Amino acid sequence: MSTSLSPARAARAPAKRSALGTLSDWLPRLVLAPSIAVSLFFVYGFMIWTFVLSLTNSRMLPSYDFVGFAQYAQLMANDRWWVAASNLVVFGGLFVGICLVLGAGLAILLDQRIRQEGSLRTIYLYPMALSFIVTGVVWKWLLNPSLGLQAMVRGWGFESFTFDWLVNPDMAVYTLVIAAVWQASGFVMALFLAGLRGIDDSIIKAAQLDGASLPRIYARVVMPCLRPVVFSAVMILSHIAIKSFDLVVALTGGGPGYASDLPATFMYTHAFTRAQIGLGSASAMLMLGGVLAILIPYLYSELRSRRHG
Amino acid sequence: MDNVIRRRTPGARLARAALYAVLIVAALFYLLPLVIMLLTSIKPLDEIGAGTLLALPQHPTLAPWITAWGEACTGMRCEGVGGYFWNSFAIVIPAVAISTVVGALNGYALTKWRFRGSELVFALMLFGCFIPFQVVLLPMAQTLGWLGLSSSRAGLVLVHVVFGIAFTTLFFRNFYVAVPSELVSAAKLDGAGFFRIFWRILLPVSAPIIVVSVIWQFTQIWNDFLFGVAFSAHDTQPVTVALNNLVNTSTGVKEYNVNMAAAMIAALPTLVVYVLAGKYFVRGLTAGSVKG
Repeated sequence: MSTSLSPARAARAPAKRSALGTLSDWLPRLVLAPSIAVSLFFVYGFMIWTFVLSLTNSRMLPSYDFVGFAQYAQLMANDRWWVAASNLVVFGGLFVGICLVLGAGLAILLDQRIRQEGSLRTIYLYPMALSFIVTGVVWKWLLNPSLGLQAMVRGWGFESFTFDWLVNPDMAVYTLVIAAVWQASGFVMALFLAGLRGIDDSIIKAAQLDGASLPRIYARVVMPCLRPVVFSAVMILSHIAIKSFDLVVALTGGGPGYASDLPATFMYTHAFTRAQIGLGSASAMLMLGGVLAILIPYLYSELRSRRHG
Repeated sequence: MDNVIRRRTPGARLARAALYAVLIVAALFYLLPLVIMLLTSIKPLDEIGAGTLLALPQHPTLAPWITAWGEACTGMRCEGVGGYFWNSFAIVIPAVAISTVVGALNGYALTKWRFRGSELVFALMLFGCFIPFQVVLLPMAQTLGWLGLSSSRAGLVLVHVVFGIAFTTLFFRNFYVAVPSELVSAAKLDGAGFFRIFWRILLPVSAPIIVVSVIWQFTQIWNDFLFGVAFSAHDTQPVTVALNNLVNTSTGVKEYNVNMAAAMIAALPTLVVYVLAGKYFVRGLTAGSVKG
């Protein structure tokens, strides 16, 4: 550009107030208005609405007979809810932990000037493009004891090999972990790899010159730089874990019995198929509480770091 | 770039070989389920019971794909997943188009026409990305009923647009923030209006972020199951719901090859998008998650 504008000149411009000028002042707000209205109604309004429903004794249809926090009390006394909630802790913890270790590990290995890095990266990441329903259907087939992995290994001659987690009430929740890790760990790898590529080479070279070994450099120099990546990954993965619904439906159906229920499936089952709208709403509110408990510290640190630089 | 001289001692070579071995084993872990899905989908049923997962098909056949597409039972009906596949497209295309256009305009207004409270507006909308959708299901069902959109494709389009614009606005806002504002200020001085500036200055540089937004929305909406299962009827179901019904419909013998073919059909559109535009797919996934 040949002409450069000083901010002062740009600021003086809107002085001429014609009807057209006022319209163009308001146009951005008019453009945003529908989205704001939609978000106020469909996000915030609906959250309040669900909260109101959770205070009623709605069953098949929403009713507005208020019963205070009775639905929450009932939820706290509900064995199935506790199974779902503790499954979420087990599933979420293992899913996030394994994805982080696997993702960071693969990213570090891929960062060693690997031939065919591009193709490997593509292979590691493609499951993320699939629907959790597809993932669930595939792993249900692989983990099927009579025809899947167990049958295959037995066919190789290991007759006593047992891998029946899918139909074992104590282990079913771990099959969710396997499938979810398969789907999402490549994504964590991509996050870490992007982070690694962003680190200044000179820091690593300086450490190399000081005679530090490669594992030591990664542990002491590189990983501390990647703290924001770890933070984002934990945030996104725990979010996926709390929302996990489709995977449970497709892989275990919440079973055997309700052994592998998660809060998301608990809510859906009660609100839509068991005519317990009040109880379902209460469980949805607790899920929201769980998300906020993760989100608020994240947003807080995000805003703070932006303000400082 | 790397000018450190590497000495290739036998130990280093061994470590290098181990490194590749680990990477290849990992690649197998990610690839095998897809390979097995594909192999199973072209085996006749009798080979599935007799052989193992990795056995190559003796008599490869496309019959399971044909059954999955047009004949397999999904619940009460036996018309395959073909119709539902097109349903998904009928839902995805308008939803992606509308949410991308709205997101672009929002992002533009929020960055190039800042006003008091515009940051608050952004924060307000951003929150929509994070809520667990269970919290909106019941009110949504009732609202769709009031609007006369219960169990319709239009209703699902509306739902996906409403909860998609938070993401698309985020993408476009973060992209436009980095576009220099001088040009926009100059155009404002010359009297160019809101839409004219968008059309002439912002849109021509927006190709990458439009691709990111379209791909993100496409995969999200195509892969959606929760809204699909909650707000659709027999004839408006998306393919993910139909696939789940197909797999769980038990009439006599379980046709695993048909299940796998149906899963492949449901997976193909997003896989194709990923293979063609993987770079943009990654960018969408990491947008807003890695600062920089």
